[in-house]
Amino acid sequence: MSQQKTALKVNHVSMKFNMSQEKVDNIKEYFIKIVKKELSYQEFWALNDVNFELKRGEHLGILGLNGAGKSTLLKVISGVLKPTRGNVVTKGKVVPLLELGAGFDKQYTGAENIYLYGAMLGYTKKFIDEKYDEIVEFSELGDFINVPMKNYSSGMRARLGFSIATVVKPDILILDEVLSVGDASFRQKSEERVKSMFDEGVTVLFVSHSLEQVKRICDKAIILEHGTIIAKGDVEEVAEIYQTKIKRKKKRKKKAE
Amino acid sequence: MKKYIANFEKYRFLLGELVKKDIKLKYRRSKLGIMWTLIEPILMAIVLTIVFSNLRGNKMHGFPVYLLAGRTLFQFFNTGTKAAARSIRSNSGMMRKVYIPKYMYPLGSVLSNFVTFLISMIVLVGACVIFKIQVTKYILLAPIPLFILMVMTFGMSMILATLEVFFRDVEYLWTVTTTLIMYCTAIFYVPEKMHSELLLVILKWNPVYGVIRNFRESIFYGKMLDAWSLGYSGTVAVLLTLIGVYLFYKKQDEFILYL
Repeated sequence: MSQQKTALKVNHVSMKFNMSQEKVDNIKEYFIKIVKKELSYQEFWALNDVNFELKRGEHLGILGLNGAGKSTLLKVISGVLKPTRGNVVTKGKVVPLLELGAGFDKQYTGAENIYLYGAMLGYTKKFIDEKYDEIVEFSELGDFINVPMKNYSSGMRARLGFSIATVVKPDILILDEVLSVGDASFRQKSEERVKSMFDEGVTVLFVSHSLEQVKRICDKAIILEHGTIIAKGDVEEVAEIYQTKIKRKKKRKKKAE
Repeated sequence: MKKYIANFEKYRFLLGELVKKDIKLKYRRSKLGIMWTLIEPILMAIVLTIVFSNLRGNKMHGFPVYLLAGRTLFQFFNTGTKAAARSIRSNSGMMRKVYIPKYMYPLGSVLSNFVTFLISMIVLVGACVIFKIQVTKYILLAPIPLFILMVMTFGMSMILATLEVFFRDVEYLWTVTTTLIMYCTAIFYVPEKMHSELLLVILKWNPVYGVIRNFRESIFYGKMLDAWSLGYSGTVAVLLTLIGVYLFYKKQDEFILYL
């Protein structure tokens, strides 16, 4: 185990947002504010010096309350956001199973969207041509594949998104909450597919509020609070710390009442 | 540099998909579909010919060809820059969720407009046949001004797309500016017949007109390209692209925070 290579390295990552009081998005206001020296930004650090490393095949759970910076961290790792400081090094194919089908075009049919979304995920045309039937079959859309996507239900959209995103063998898999795509039978099918990826030694980043799920899936965990890692290590230990934190918070709330 | 080229290779298929999407969706809900890229310039040429044929000097032979050559080129510059300026904002939903090199959006807009522009060139060819325009060997030079125009449109698009993220005013300002540029570009009049010194000076320094002038020289007048127009419009195109790419790369990581 210890000889395995590093799959993901998050190097002192910090992410700053400008929370300006009012949005200045026209030139007149901008110059007035400059002249009056009112152009003040309220800085907000969503991530603060986050630093960790994952070896191949490790499963990391990310715990934290709402607004702790979990989603921001996942966006930085998947490349959507560029960190203000620090950097992220990934080895191999990263597949984020977040917001499935975010790149779909509503006016396009399902079939056209397979190519569009596939291209966004960096697939080649040849690869999509080969996998097209598999994607359609897995999504269980049948004849709906040739219907414009605006007529799809949200479940159908998610099913197609999942089918496209998971047709590759990822090296790093990013999961936000446990997948709840479509109806019961599809959920089972999708869980099986994710599990088969686990068996092939994929590196997993898993975000959840549920301690049970994290314990079941992960072997390591970190806790984020206000953008800082306050605990990291073995999943059992970290889960315990998290539990006491939540209890303490509840107590404090009660006292305040 | 190598890294950028490798990255471009990786997303070349996506660029094709984005261009295809733009063109497909533009005409999807119209009965005549892609035929509109041909019908629209024909109808416009008829209207403009009727309106402007009594203007000084417009009684020349093959005026509709002269007019079409100017208008289709200007129209590409106009729609291309406008679509690209909006491209970052209109794709913000996608940008927030999937990583794609961001220049793909304005580049895709410019290219899809270039494709429809090339299709509408068929009308120009038809008009040349109908009005019996003499073709000379200089027609082989016609791609040069077209290439310059594409580079110029791309450069301007990168500048506009960047600014548009931070200031929405840019869209409106640019609409006014393109109208101004249109009147400062001899599209439906012949400059030499207008007897205005000022106009000639303006035209000399208008890079869009430089492109249109050279295009007309090669296909309409059947003459050698004008050296000044070629050099000047080429230089402006390169400068705009350098500024645009520099600005875009410097600011692109901030886009997502302002959308």
